[in-house]
Amino acid sequence: MPFLNDLFVNLSYWIHGFLARFLPLWAADLIMMLLTIACLIVFALITIMFINWLERKVIGRFQDRYGPNRVGPLGILQFVADAIKMFTKEDITPANADRVIFNLAPVMVVVPTFLILAVLPFGRGMVAADLNIGFLYIVAISSLTTIAILLAGWGSRNKYSLLGGMRVVAQMISYEVPMVLSALGVIMLTGSLSLVSIVEGQSRVPFILLQPLGFLIYFISAIAEVNRAPFDLPEAESEIIAGYHTEYSGMKYAMFLLAEYINAFIVAAIAATLFLGGWQGPSLPPYVWFFLKAYAIYFVLMWLRGTLPRLRIDQLMGLAWKFLVPLALVNLLVMGLVATLTQGKGLFPLVLASLVANGLIVAAVVIIYAFAMRRRRQVEVAA
Amino acid sequence: MQTVETRLRTETITLNMGPQHPSTHGVFRMIITLDGETIVDLEPVMGYLHRCQEKIGERNTYLQNIPYTDRLDYICSMSNNLAYVMAVEKLAQIEVPERAEYIRIIMVELTRIVNHAVAIGALLNDLGCFFTPMLYALEERERILDLFEMASGSRMMCNYMRFGGVRYDLPPGFMPELKSVVAALPAFIDEFERLLTDNEIMRIRCQGVGILPPDVAVGYSCTGPLLRASGVDYDIRKVDSYSIYDRFDFDVPLGTNYDVYDRYLVRIEEMRQSVRILEQAIEQIPEGEVSVKLPRVFKPPEGDVYHRIESPKGELGFYLVSDGSTNPYRYKIRSPTFINLTVLPELCKGHKVADVVAILGSIDIVLGEVDR
Amino acid sequence: MSREVYERLVEEFPETSLEYLEGKDPAISVKADDLFEVARHLKEKQGYDYLSAVTGVDYPDRFEVIYHLYSMKEGPGPLILKVSASKEEPEVPSLVSLWPGANFQEREVYDLMGIRFAGHPDLKRILLWEGYEGHPLRKDFPIEGYQTIGQEESS
Repeated sequence: MPFLNDLFVNLSYWIHGFLARFLPLWAADLIMMLLTIACLIVFALITIMFINWLERKVIGRFQDRYGPNRVGPLGILQFVADAIKMFTKEDITPANADRVIFNLAPVMVVVPTFLILAVLPFGRGMVAADLNIGFLYIVAISSLTTIAILLAGWGSRNKYSLLGGMRVVAQMISYEVPMVLSALGVIMLTGSLSLVSIVEGQSRVPFILLQPLGFLIYFISAIAEVNRAPFDLPEAESEIIAGYHTEYSGMKYAMFLLAEYINAFIVAAIAATLFLGGWQGPSLPPYVWFFLKAYAIYFVLMWLRGTLPRLRIDQLMGLAWKFLVPLALVNLLVMGLVATLTQGKGLFPLVLASLVANGLIVAAVVIIYAFAMRRRRQVEVAA
Repeated sequence: MQTVETRLRTETITLNMGPQHPSTHGVFRMIITLDGETIVDLEPVMGYLHRCQEKIGERNTYLQNIPYTDRLDYICSMSNNLAYVMAVEKLAQIEVPERAEYIRIIMVELTRIVNHAVAIGALLNDLGCFFTPMLYALEERERILDLFEMASGSRMMCNYMRFGGVRYDLPPGFMPELKSVVAALPAFIDEFERLLTDNEIMRIRCQGVGILPPDVAVGYSCTGPLLRASGVDYDIRKVDSYSIYDRFDFDVPLGTNYDVYDRYLVRIEEMRQSVRILEQAIEQIPEGEVSVKLPRVFKPPEGDVYHRIESPKGELGFYLVSDGSTNPYRYKIRSPTFINLTVLPELCKGHKVADVVAILGSIDIVLGEVDR
Repeated sequence: MSREVYERLVEEFPETSLEYLEGKDPAISVKADDLFEVARHLKEKQGYDYLSAVTGVDYPDRFEVIYHLYSMKEGPGPLILKVSASKEEPEVPSLVSLWPGANFQEREVYDLMGIRFAGHPDLKRILLWEGYEGHPLRKDFPIEGYQTIGQEESS
């Protein structure tokens, strides 16, 4: 098993050693870097294909039908057929569109998503760049997508696109706040922004047991961050056609699709890293654990997409600012208190105190909610 | 209100929703004036599917018009058939055999279930459900359409009813299959409700949206589930009972909050009531003839009649003027959804773009009938 | 049903010439000038609060607009009002201010039959497009139409 556990790490050492035999060290390093980048990009493309197929299959099952089953065994080559179709389609730029912005936007959407892959720890030692500000990097880079999507919405010179672009900005900026606040709880526990250290900090217990509420807030905000159902307003098909990518066709549309799917996977992967212990796990190789956890979360994303209707824009904003942000702040405060009080007292008191604290917060929310509902009913009856 | 002066100057934009749009249920267009995402004004534009059916109806003989009624509201062809043949029967004073009346009721109530299931599925699609409720709705619809095929030879364009009865008697395997479908329906409706009724997002999207007070609903000539969800107890099957509806025991569900959610609840409950009617009809249906013999050249006497039925979407009426010849002098269709659409701008003002599609979905339009 | 209402109407409007028409569905014939007042009386005093259908018919000697009224509370109805309009300048008063639901129906009658509704807030074509020539439901309208689609752009 040790052989399998460190398969990819050893492989990279071996290639590096092999190259270093007849190349100067700097050249070997450079080639290794390029190789890693190539691997990540290929990985991303394969993931998209797989996720796309998986999602269509799973949602098909939710909806009592088969899903793709014509191209290849179990329809697994469906994405290839789709890709060929996309690439051969006519590339249309609307006459009134701002050409530069319109053509720049798809590229700008895709680039940040690939950049995030650099800091994801896929397994023990399997990280392209272990930045000590890893999480900050992710937050910063993923914000770039907002601008790119706004550019797409603005540059298309289409009212649906513009509405979609505006919705994206409102939504992504709002949901970044609770997302970062809930992740702060985890960072507080490990004392590091590096994703590798965060994973290593969970060797005894995954943080979801310490911060179930934080996980929930993170998960909800993350879904909104990547515009997935039920928060897929920016591309709400039944309202604004396809939102910001209404006017895109062919290759450029494929790039939006690509960014969307890889973003969804990345969000699942980050959630697995921050709260589920990343690649940590018994007996199976670390990278297998990582993918198991990431896909488990991704399955929940698909589940939600197959079940829930969409929120309205004002309700969406209300959820972020009136509910998630205050809750995340309270959660952060209480978790900080718990972590300080149980410092140095071992693992068991920490887990126990955390769970009790989370339970108390949830109880408080339920009571406040019930109280508010009663107040509202009284007001309605009075009126 | 001092803030008015200092507020940023904004402009409204005009959004042209349709004719090609995912949630206009066909080719329907709305010119929406928006302030941000809030609707300031809305103007419905229709006619993209206009075939001048009324003119065609004047050229056709009475019998030739039956298949044309199928294509009005292509989801409920059976009830369109019924409305037309009953109008002609009233004109020519034709008695219908009892068994044919029962067969008609069975078909029309099955149609009502199909229509409401599809309407709710489409509404949820508009709300952003990724086709799951729609496909659940279609599941039971398939079995009912199979029944239609057994009886009439066609799944959607049934063309089944004739003056003085129906075209064919029910085939041998029909009743057992019908019984099994009807027996499975309550479970299907329950499952549908479990998926949707208490769904938190569905509730916040539908409750308090598109409120239509009873007096406004009546003033705007709204009919069908739209009217009953506004709390007006007006079901033509009860108040102006036609065919043999007076023999069945069923309730008319009414809304209390007059919003989109109530329209959903009313439709669900109407499906349950249709199941009740079907159960009674299956029990009571007699043996016997299913049609009367009519002269080969059918010439109703001179005069004009108006006959209306409670079609799944509302009051479907046919106004016929006969000059004693083989084809109608005037053939007018009072289509429920066309007139229900009159109230759409009223309902939408002040709401968000996302609510427009929900309200439109809750009115439940079929463009074949709106545009005729 | 219609008979009683007719008698009450005659009492209420002694000057106007109302006529009771026998038939399968008995109807009351009203002059176009009196239509609005009669309709308002029916709506406000007799409880006919629901206007079901507005229909135009092209008879050889006249146009006729037919209103089917029902009462939500009282009974089955219908009460049918028939209004004649001249062949040359067909015009009847609009009832939109009484029943907003008449809006689209009157527009449809105008569109397909060419009967003008005086006082309608937005009388324009509804099913056919602006600029269409003729009114298809008139009996003298040729089946193939006066123009074919695309003609108006080329000319």
